[in-house]
Amino acid sequence: MSTSTDTIEELATREYKYGFVTEIEAEEIPKGLSEDVVRIISAKKNEPEWLLEWRLKAFRIWQKMKEPTWHNVTYAPIDYQDIIYYSAPKQKPSLKSLDEVDPEIRKTFDKLGIPIEEQKLFSGVAVDAVFDSVSVATTFKAKLAESGVIFCSFSEAVQNHPDLIKKYLGSVVPHTDNFFAALNSAVFSDGSFAYIPKGVRCPMELSTYFRINAKGSGQFERTLIVAEEGAYVSYLEGCTAPMRDEHQLHAAVVELVALDNATIKYSTIQNWYPGDKDGKGGIYNFVTKRGHCIGVNSKITWTQVETGSAITWKYPSCILQGDNSIGEFYSVATTNNMQQADTGTKMIHIGKNTRSTIVSKGISAGKGQNTYRGQVRIAKKATGARNYSQCDSLLIGDKCGAHTFPYLEIGNTTAKVEHEASTSKIGEDQIFYCRQRGLSAEDAVNIIVSGFCKDVFRELPMEFAVEAQKLLSVSLEGSVG
Amino acid sequence: MLEITNLQVSGGGKDILRGINLTVKKGEVHAIMGPNGSGKSTLARAIAGHPEYEVTGGSVTYDGKDLLALAPEDRAREGVFMAFQYPVEIPGVNNAYFLKAAINAKRKYQGLAEHDAMEFMALVREKAKILHLDPDLLTRPVNEGFSGGEKKRNEIFQMAVLEPKLAVLDETDSGLDIDALKTVAEGVNAMRSPERAIVVVTHYQRLLNYIVPDFVHVLQDGRIVRSGGKELALQLEDKGYSWIEAEPQLM
Repeated sequence: MSTSTDTIEELATREYKYGFVTEIEAEEIPKGLSEDVVRIISAKKNEPEWLLEWRLKAFRIWQKMKEPTWHNVTYAPIDYQDIIYYSAPKQKPSLKSLDEVDPEIRKTFDKLGIPIEEQKLFSGVAVDAVFDSVSVATTFKAKLAESGVIFCSFSEAVQNHPDLIKKYLGSVVPHTDNFFAALNSAVFSDGSFAYIPKGVRCPMELSTYFRINAKGSGQFERTLIVAEEGAYVSYLEGCTAPMRDEHQLHAAVVELVALDNATIKYSTIQNWYPGDKDGKGGIYNFVTKRGHCIGVNSKITWTQVETGSAITWKYPSCILQGDNSIGEFYSVATTNNMQQADTGTKMIHIGKNTRSTIVSKGISAGKGQNTYRGQVRIAKKATGARNYSQCDSLLIGDKCGAHTFPYLEIGNTTAKVEHEASTSKIGEDQIFYCRQRGLSAEDAVNIIVSGFCKDVFRELPMEFAVEAQKLLSVSLEGSVG
Repeated sequence: MLEITNLQVSGGGKDILRGINLTVKKGEVHAIMGPNGSGKSTLARAIAGHPEYEVTGGSVTYDGKDLLALAPEDRAREGVFMAFQYPVEIPGVNNAYFLKAAINAKRKYQGLAEHDAMEFMALVREKAKILHLDPDLLTRPVNEGFSGGEKKRNEIFQMAVLEPKLAVLDETDSGLDIDALKTVAEGVNAMRSPERAIVVVTHYQRLLNYIVPDFVHVLQDGRIVRSGGKELALQLEDKGYSWIEAEPQLM
């Protein structure tokens, strides 16, 4: 008979099934960061002068900024001169159709379960596939255009919709915002752009799939989504990377803009390579995501399932400016082995009767460290603002940690702010109960974890809720012996 | 069905069972009685394979197999069911979903096709009806926010769905009022069958008014000190456990 400690504490290496490398000829610029590098990237994208100037401004500010140290994660200093800032697979400069995508890249996305042929896709999901520094394909563009929806790579948007980009780029996350956002503003290479015109309900799910492939490169993408009055869009991003021994930096910026009565649902399934069980390799995921509810009755929902990355540092936030606007944040973050996550949200209430909901579920296994950091700020004028926050932590084994840092700033006496927090451990008794009913220990953990995450999973688009659940069970694989 | 020979079990660094011998045949209902700390619950948990208890000697044969060599989940899949004294809560996991996972794990092990949602719901509705169970219970999270009575009834319900060959009820009567006790007993009685053995672990005789056993065993200090028919339980009720200490039976 096994002793009680065996069941939970034995840790095995988990498998990361997306860790393969695609052999492909890439166009890379030399390592290092300078004004010249910024100019090269901008030139490669054939960008207008104003955008180059914007990048350079960001770069100069970044040079004066210090990397933040307030977070609850530790890592060796990053050498920003040792990163390749642009790496793109060589392919025809402009693709006339999806059939022209390099077969190796096509195979890569096929292997990841993201076929970039329209007929094979999940029905009703349009995909923008980003490979290292560039977008390689966007599906269903024509179909979306019928309803006036623009969905394309960021580079394309700069060329074809410069007015929209000029108007909204940096409007939510300014280039001065923080160290990683400034870096991104200087060197971003691609990303996705979505624009939903007035009164249009986007007829399909939009999604971007990010793949880091090149060795020694970083990925710096920008996503911008604008929902005009009364528009609705649901957007999902997924991410994977090969297994490599060195850390790779991913510093993205996402900006969402919701005008009057508009709704944006933004879901993330983040599965970057987490590193091996001793903490070797893995992605540093330092991301700035923010939504601006400008209009009255607008709504932005962030849902994230964060299972990958060696380090996750992100706080998808909402600025609730329009009266009656709503911000929501639903998060599941898991840390296994040596993974660290410092994640949460900011809800900034400015308009009257603004409401926000925060549901954060942190799961720690192995030696993982999981931190929830959340800020709720109620401005003076935000009469009738309401917030409800719930932060639950689940521990598997006794070598991991869970930490919660809620910050509340309340400037209006009519505000109602509630915060609930709990920490629980998957108990031997729960596992034994499941096993006595015929479930394996592994299935027992999965079922307990999925119950713990239910409030978040039900916010995901149907097609992805099942994926997320599977992913979670893979990421915790080996956390029980 | 179940053959326990000289079973010795320790838990928390203490010897608890000091040589249990017990034979349970198909179709029989056995009651294990005894004062607090006598080792009744340990016996139930050792049969189920609870990881906090260590078998230090003896053997348990179930259906011709070495039960002690099987992992707890395999014991369950082989048809051993334990109704818990303290059923465990699994927040957020819906009762029906949990049961479906359990029954399908068992069916897979037995080489049977897994139940799809329709078949499963049909089975569950039928069992719920027999046990006079509120179907609402199925959509609630496993044991979360259940009253004591609901938890125990849910155990019996799980037993009815999983249809074990050997059911061990660990203090199923504890914390129940008389009405709940009757409902639970009705459920157990509905499960009595010539193919199934039931072991009822209880401190009090009152449950045995409703689940009438074929045999009663009294456990004291980790050993079975007396065995008899159902009348033994009545004598105990009448005279208390101290009576046995005063008049030890030659075993």
